[in-house]
Amino acid sequence: MTLLEAIENPFKPKAARIVRHYDLIKDHRFFQIRHIDMKKAMSFSYNPGQFIMLSIPGVGESPFSISSTPSRPGILELGVRRVGKLTESLFQKRDNDVVYIRGPYGNGFKLDKMVDRDLIIVAGGLGVIPLRSILYYVLDNRDQFKRVFFLYGARTPNEFLFKTEFFQLKNRKDIECLYTVDKSDAEWPHATGVVTKLFKNIPEIDPRETTAVVVGPPVMYKFVIDEFLKLKIPKNQIQLSLERRMKCGIGKCGHCAIEHLYTCMDGPVFTYWDTLHFRELI
Amino acid sequence: MRRQNHVFAKGKVAHMRILKMQSKFLDVFLESLSKFGNLYGPTHKNGLLSYNRLENISDLVITDEHPMIPIKKLFHPMQFTMMNFDEKGFTPDYSKIEKRVIIGVHPCEIHSLLILDDIFMREPMDPYYAQLRQNSAIIGFSCLPTENSLCYSTDTDIVEEGFDLFFVNLDEYFLVWVGSSLGHDMIYEREEFFDMDVSHDDIQKYVKWRQKKNKMFKKSFEFDSMPDIMELSYDSEIWEEFAKICLSCGQCSMVCPTCNCYTVTDVFDVTNETRGRRDRFWDSCMFVDYSLVAGGHNFRASRANRLKLWYGHKLKTFGKDYGRPGCVGCGRCVDSCPVDINVLTISEALITKEVPKK
Repeated sequence: MTLLEAIENPFKPKAARIVRHYDLIKDHRFFQIRHIDMKKAMSFSYNPGQFIMLSIPGVGESPFSISSTPSRPGILELGVRRVGKLTESLFQKRDNDVVYIRGPYGNGFKLDKMVDRDLIIVAGGLGVIPLRSILYYVLDNRDQFKRVFFLYGARTPNEFLFKTEFFQLKNRKDIECLYTVDKSDAEWPHATGVVTKLFKNIPEIDPRETTAVVVGPPVMYKFVIDEFLKLKIPKNQIQLSLERRMKCGIGKCGHCAIEHLYTCMDGPVFTYWDTLHFRELI
Repeated sequence: MRRQNHVFAKGKVAHMRILKMQSKFLDVFLESLSKFGNLYGPTHKNGLLSYNRLENISDLVITDEHPMIPIKKLFHPMQFTMMNFDEKGFTPDYSKIEKRVIIGVHPCEIHSLLILDDIFMREPMDPYYAQLRQNSAIIGFSCLPTENSLCYSTDTDIVEEGFDLFFVNLDEYFLVWVGSSLGHDMIYEREEFFDMDVSHDDIQKYVKWRQKKNKMFKKSFEFDSMPDIMELSYDSEIWEEFAKICLSCGQCSMVCPTCNCYTVTDVFDVTNETRGRRDRFWDSCMFVDYSLVAGGHNFRASRANRLKLWYGHKLKTFGKDYGRPGCVGCGRCVDSCPVDINVLTISEALITKEVPKK
C-alpha cells in the first residue's frame, strides 16, 4: 500500500487554524483562517471567484467562497452565514480552533478580460462576499484597470456587510462606490432602493471596453443583466458566479450539474453568453 | 436503423490477438485466474443475479441476463468509507482495494466503465475508483440480447477496448480476444488450452453468430437522433406528463450503469466524540433534495426538471468533454422503473408526443 499512500488524495482536507473572527451582522461571521502548514499557507494560490471546501469532522463539508484577495497571501478570509448544520458548528468555533480545508476549486473570475478595461462590479446581499476578493485584487493592482465602479445593494442597513471597510472606500478617488438598501432608516447615508437604481449614476462608458461582474441572489441576476445590456455591454463581457449544491468540488459527485456542465469545474463563474446556452434557469 | 461502424469511425484497426479455446477447458482456465487476484462474477444470491466474490468457480453464472445492479458497484461502491478522522485530522481508507479478476462482464458493462472512467479518472483523479480500476482485470463474455436489450441502438453491443480477455461463445468453443498485456499473461499461464489457428470455418461461424445476434433484438430506439430531439423538446409538455407519474424513487439511478452521483456523510464512532469516518453513498438526481442548498433554495425542486437532467445525461451529453451520451443500452431502466419511465418511453414520447398510458 506504499504506492497508495504516496498518492495525493484530493478529498483529504488539510488542517487550518482560525486566526480571527468577528460578526459582520447578525448570523453573518467573518473568519480569517490559515493553513497550519506554513509552507502550504504561503503557497496556496487562487483566483478571485474560486471557493474552498471546509470540513468539520463529524459534521460534514461545504463549499465557501473565498473573500480575501490572492494579492495578500497567507491568510484566507471567509464570510459565512449561519444557515445550516455545518455553519452552525463553525459558529461554535473560537480563535485558534482547527478546521479542515481543501481547494481552491472552480475557475474564478476571468481577470484577463478585465485588465485595461473599465470594470463594473455589482453585488447583491451575500454576493458581496466573493466579489470582495476581486474588489481588493483590483485595488491592490489598481494600475492594471481603468475606471472601477462598485455597486452594492443590501435589504436593510442592518444587513449591509463589511460596512466599515466599504464606507471607508468611499473616500478613495480611484474607485466609484455606490451603495443602496431596499429599506433605509434615519441613519443610512446612502441611496435607497434596489441595486439597479444605482446604474443612473454610472457615467458614459465605452461598452466594448467594459467588463461587468455580478453576484447576488438568483432573483437579482435578470434585473442587473438587463441594466448591463442597456449599457450595450457585450454578453460575453458580463461575468456572473452561480451557486449550486456541491459535495466534492472536483467534478465527481454530480450534484452541481447544470445540464452537461459541472459548476465546480466549469464554473462557478460563467459569462452571460455561456448561460444563454443553458436551458435551466440561473 | 443506421449504425455507425465504430471500427472505422474511430480510425482503429483490429490488431488484437484472437485465439480459440474449447468450451470444456473454460472452468479450469477461469479457476487458474485466481493467481491474478480474487475472482468476482455474477452469482445467484437471494434469488437475484448479482456481482459477488466467487467462493467456487461453480458459483459463477455466465448468462445473457444482466445482474440487477450493474458492475459500477465494484468500482464505485454503494457505500464505503473514504476517510477516518480523529483529533489529528483525516486519513484516507484504502482497505477495499485488492487485486481482482472480474469474470462474465458483458459488452454494455465494459462500455459503462469506459464512460465512468471519463468522470472518475479525469484530473484530479478519484483515488478510490482509480485504484479499484487499476487493480481489477476484466474478463468479458459475449451475450445474446434479452427482452429489453437496447445495445444495438446505442452501439455498445460490441467492445474493442476495456477488457483484458473477451470470450465470444460459439457453443463448442470460444473465440478469445486478448486485450491487454495482463490478458496475454493469463493466456500464457495455460497456453495448452488455446489454439492459435483460427480457421475459415471459425470465421464463418463467428459471422453467423453476429448475424443471428443482430436479428434477435426485440426493441430499439432513436439513440442517434436523441441529442437533437432532447434539445428541441426542452420545453415540451411531455416532461410534465412524465413528472406526474414519476415516484422520485431513484431506482433508475441505482440500476443505471453510468449513474455516478454520490453524497458524503460524516459518522462519529458510537463510543467516541472525536473519532469517526467520512462515508460515500450513492445518490440520485431524482431525489427532491439533490440540488437543495443551505438556506432552503432548491435549484431543481420540480420533478420535470430532475427528469430532464437525468435523461439529458443519458441521451444528450454526459460531461462537457465527453462526446457521447451516457446510455449504454443495457435495458435496466426498462426492467426496473415501477411506472415505466425509461429511455424507450421517453424517446418515443418525445418523438410521437404520446405518453404511454398504462
